[in-house]
Amino acid sequence: MITEVIVGILAFSGTLFVLFAAVGMVRMPDTYLRISVTTKAATLGIGLLLMAAAIHSYDIAIFAKVLVIILFILLTAPVSAHLIGRTSYFSGVKLWQDSVMDDLEGKYNSSTDTLNSGEQEEEIKNKPKN
Amino acid sequence: MTLLDFIYYFVLPILSISVILIFIRFIKGPNMVDRIIALDLIVTTGIGFISAYSILYNQPAFLDVAMILALIAFLGTVAFTYYIQQKNK
Repeated sequence: MITEVIVGILAFSGTLFVLFAAVGMVRMPDTYLRISVTTKAATLGIGLLLMAAAIHSYDIAIFAKVLVIILFILLTAPVSAHLIGRTSYFSGVKLWQDSVMDDLEGKYNSSTDTLNSGEQEEEIKNKPKN
Repeated sequence: MTLLDFIYYFVLPILSISVILIFIRFIKGPNMVDRIIALDLIVTTGIGFISAYSILYNQPAFLDVAMILALIAFLGTVAFTYYIQQKNK
């Protein structure tokens, strides 16, 4: 009985997080804000749903399998979000008009496909002094 | 109300509504990157469907499919971003 209540709570909260991610997908004004929504809300929601399935099965082998899936999702979601954000910035997707700051502004060289970091600029500035 | 009724009447319909909302963004999406994000999120919601059905039918073997689907979602995203970046050069 208590297991069923725990499974129900976990499954319902996970579903709510997936719903929030979907609503954010429609409502967010900008590609970069949508990336942030999918990475955080969907990862937590799917983790909770998988955890509910693991507790419901009541088997240590299934529990280990689910832990591996959750670990895999937690590892790959930031990597894919970083790749999508990098690609969209390089292909010239505009930021939202009310976005406050753009750290990469003027640092991306589209002809050579390279990024200048702040440290490299300081090294270049310091060289003539020596 | 048992757990199975709860999953049948609350969890699965809300997941379906989320897939419909994401699909709106998949059709509307102003550029290609938005469509890739929407596709990634639809596959991730599919993992949620699989775990809900594995509770509903008491079949933990469905979770193997969830593992493969998580792998395919990641590989698909990486491949799409790679080809878009190659196209822009």
